[in-house]
Amino acid sequence: MLQTEQSYTDFNDEAVLEQNFRVISPGRMVAKRFFKSKLSVAGLIMIIFVFAFSFIGPMIIDATWGYKETQVFRIERVSDMVTTADFTGPDGKTYTYFDKSKTVVLFKAPISSEHWLGTDTSGFDIFTRLMYGGRISLIISFIVIFLEIFIGVILGGLAGYFGKWVDQLIMRIVDIFASLPGLPILLILSATISSIESIPAEHRIYYLMAFITLMGWTGAARIVRGQILMLREQEFMMAAETTGIKTMHKIFRHLVPNTMPQLIVSATLGLGGVILYESTLSYLGLGVPFPRAAWGSMIALADPSKGQEILASYPNMWVPAGILIVITVLGFSFIGDGLRDAFDPRMKR
Amino acid sequence: MGIRELFKRKKIEGVDDTQYLTLREENRISRENNKIIREFEKNKTRKNVPEAEYLTTMRDTSNVVEFEDLHTYFFTDVGTVKAVNGVSFDIPQGKIVGVVGESGCGKSVTSLSLMKLVQAPQGQIVGGSIRYQAKDGKCYEVTKVPQNEMNKIRGKDIAMIFQEPMTSLNPVFKIGEQMDEVILLHEKGSTAESARARTKELMNQVGIAMVDKIYNSYPHELSGGMRQRVMIAMALLCNPRLIVADEPTTALDVTIQAQILELLRNVKDKINGSIMLITHDLGVIAETVDYVVVMYAGRIIEKGTVREIFHNPKHPYTIGLMMSKPSNKIQGNRLFSIKGQVPNPINMPDHCYFYNRCDKCIDICSKDYPEMIQFSSTHFASCHLYNESSLRDEENIDEENAKE
Amino acid sequence: MLNYIIKRLLLALLILIGVSVLIYMLSMLMPADYIDNQTAAALANGSMTMEDVNHLKKLYGLSDKSIIGILKSYLSWLKSTFTGDLGFSFLYGKPVKTVLGEYVWTSFIIAFISYILQIIIAIPLGVKAAVRQYGPYDYTVSVFAMIGTALPSFFLAALLMNVFSIRLGIFPLQGLTTATKVFAPDAHIRIFLDKAWHLVLPITVLTVLNVGSTMKFTRTNMLEVLNSDYIRTARAKGLSETTVVYKHAFRNTLIPLVTSLSSMLPSLFGGAMITETVFAIPGIGYMALRATLQGDIPFIMGYNMFLSILTVSGMLLSDLMYMVVDPRVKLS
Repeated sequence: MLQTEQSYTDFNDEAVLEQNFRVISPGRMVAKRFFKSKLSVAGLIMIIFVFAFSFIGPMIIDATWGYKETQVFRIERVSDMVTTADFTGPDGKTYTYFDKSKTVVLFKAPISSEHWLGTDTSGFDIFTRLMYGGRISLIISFIVIFLEIFIGVILGGLAGYFGKWVDQLIMRIVDIFASLPGLPILLILSATISSIESIPAEHRIYYLMAFITLMGWTGAARIVRGQILMLREQEFMMAAETTGIKTMHKIFRHLVPNTMPQLIVSATLGLGGVILYESTLSYLGLGVPFPRAAWGSMIALADPSKGQEILASYPNMWVPAGILIVITVLGFSFIGDGLRDAFDPRMKR
Repeated sequence: MGIRELFKRKKIEGVDDTQYLTLREENRISRENNKIIREFEKNKTRKNVPEAEYLTTMRDTSNVVEFEDLHTYFFTDVGTVKAVNGVSFDIPQGKIVGVVGESGCGKSVTSLSLMKLVQAPQGQIVGGSIRYQAKDGKCYEVTKVPQNEMNKIRGKDIAMIFQEPMTSLNPVFKIGEQMDEVILLHEKGSTAESARARTKELMNQVGIAMVDKIYNSYPHELSGGMRQRVMIAMALLCNPRLIVADEPTTALDVTIQAQILELLRNVKDKINGSIMLITHDLGVIAETVDYVVVMYAGRIIEKGTVREIFHNPKHPYTIGLMMSKPSNKIQGNRLFSIKGQVPNPINMPDHCYFYNRCDKCIDICSKDYPEMIQFSSTHFASCHLYNESSLRDEENIDEENAKE
Repeated sequence: MLNYIIKRLLLALLILIGVSVLIYMLSMLMPADYIDNQTAAALANGSMTMEDVNHLKKLYGLSDKSIIGILKSYLSWLKSTFTGDLGFSFLYGKPVKTVLGEYVWTSFIIAFISYILQIIIAIPLGVKAAVRQYGPYDYTVSVFAMIGTALPSFFLAALLMNVFSIRLGIFPLQGLTTATKVFAPDAHIRIFLDKAWHLVLPITVLTVLNVGSTMKFTRTNMLEVLNSDYIRTARAKGLSETTVVYKHAFRNTLIPLVTSLSSMLPSLFGGAMITETVFAIPGIGYMALRATLQGDIPFIMGYNMFLSILTVSGMLLSDLMYMVVDPRVKLS
């Protein structure tokens, strides 16, 4: 029944890779998976649009029309004015007296071909300010995320590297910062900075970025530390006798490609969060200072406590800013989700 | 640094760089496959399918299941995986049929096709027929049976046991509850008490001691072997005609393996049913089954009774498998292994799939796919070596070569 | 298992103490004569004595600026916080605890109703989206969910106000009650309905903002469960797809869902600073924002400590719920 074993033990040992195997490097694989998803591509387009709008836009506007961020436009137009006064009539009842007349208004100009979104309550061109607002928001968010990752990598790395009491200490600090109520603390810090006169308005933004970073670095630290611990388990379990240095060296070599996906996803999703924080602060007047442009402060014009006029009749002043915030945050969310799916090797598609 | 490495196009020996699937190609394949999938899925949602459409007659009424030219494909975004590519065999009444093969040869997908549990929407039964003779005498054409009818067959007529007992039971429900569920679903007129009684009776039969305790336990409180016993008991609850066991002992250690196999043998006798046993372990096959079906890369390359296969294997792959099992009968320095790897299931060649790994191949092996050659009423193999005409051609070629 | 609970409690306590240190550092933002300024009027008309003022100064570390002094005042502040005295608000002229107690229920009702609505909307949507993964339903629901989380609360509030209050005139613009309507003192139902009508828009804002994350969470967990082996077993038993999804799969998804939802429960008492302010609803979020903008540091410290206690309670609660819902974590 059995052939002589000889013919089977003389064969060529090398495993022959099938010719019809198509191989692809991991980076390209991720890129391919990313572009397959429609939402990811949509997100990418949205972000590219916002970037172009915010960075290239001002240059174009400046070149063609010469509009600046805080340039005041006085556009005279005639508008209705109604004055009322109450008085008591001879019969004791209260009457309201209406007087309709015309007045000349300089600001709050409507949409026109010179000012695509009109001017706001201080006479600034709204369209231009949208661009500058976008610029500052994007810059702030990228700097903050970069700082968060920087701090997170250092602290997470220290925790993972040294372990034992260093790890415990750093992790407790992470827990404490993570339990802080984000927005309230941010508000009080920004409010205090705003009220200190010795700090010029321009420098407020730097403090702002530092505070937002303080509220958000814990995520990156946890990711980095978790990854180091996981690698330590793998490496220490595999290595029978190694010196501590050699093992740690191997861990660091594997660290970057393993942590990067999670960090990138977390960073992308975090960008949206920072933009929301910054716009909330600007809305309350604690963020990007007046007269600089910021999306949040543009929406603040529609605050109903200051009167319903803007909210009701001048949507051109605040709605575009809000839409831009949504587009930006949504774009980052789509990209972040798309990246997460693209990095995950177990995805069905 | 290391990051740039990730994006460099890697050069691999023997692989033509231009054979990368470009994004456009991939999108084209993806679109085509999605269209095919949509067609299939639309068919599935048809309601009120008349019985005549899925009833048929068996070729041989002593069989429980007949597979005939079954094709099950997976329509993925990088191509079509022909997991089952023309499989035909029978499962006779009261016998155990063992399906053997490497990982990825399609044996699991065959069994899932029988149960219509293939991973949708990518996996679809594309062609061929699976005929099943039910307890009530009706013969179903499984490939055409609608979902709700299939639910009546699953668990009741055909029961399945899976490979991983550790994860096959729902962790949040108690064992007893999960088993009663089957009875309450399929047996008309059953009550909570009758279901419980039957469950406990069967738990006894499969050799579970402390039935009451286990009945009220959660899956995570049991060991692997115990869980597999529970799975077997669950399969037996409605007296099925066929039990499909997909590698039931692979995840267990050897001593438990023996017990479970013994249990399966006894079970088959008790219920007078059939078993389809899927495994990659020849030792299991030798001890337990009556018939053997050897699969490779989605096709059957040899089938026969267990004696025929073990004492007289015909196909070089089968012979290789026999030799791969470490045994103290064969002397040698090295453990034997068949060289090479299973071909990429997306681009299958037109010739014999085993060609590049076989060291007995002849000229014709690289040109045509070999037909099934019959060696006895039960023994078949698909290999050019036994084809008389090709053997004659080979002789002719040898003569010619000798003349030159 | 009791060990585990005790360990978690100790950890929570440790975290709270750490948080309290950070919050106490906020007191250093107060200028030196802050308390003197704030209490001048009260001192003058006799409602406070010099003792009270000194006590407050000691409490907030403004009397003794040395290291020992700060440490002592921190410890006394910590002690008073843990005994329930959350400080004294100068803006409102009352103890912080009193202010919180007066306004917390309004905030809680808004947050609670929004929470219930979230659950009712998000969970069925999430389950269905997971069952039909990558289908048009999944995409639509996911995109809407993400839009919800991308909206700034003040922008959504302004949009709703513009459309529903001003243009359509259905809902009132701001406030909790209609100032121009006078109700009989015992017309409880009408007063209640009036308040409820005022709360529709704020509750809508909160719901829209939060429903997205719950829905995505449900969907992700449901997907993971649906890919498990035991779901395949359930199908092999012949159970209908509905039973498989809504009994077997969903029961497993409930575990992470319940733990995550119960961690949110304590924060329902925390108030929504921005939304309440935009709609001028008198809740603690509104009071806290006013206090923040006007530099009422003691109120801020008390409020933030309160919020941290809520957060940490949420973590503990979710750990506890884990033991209740997951049979694998047995209560021995």
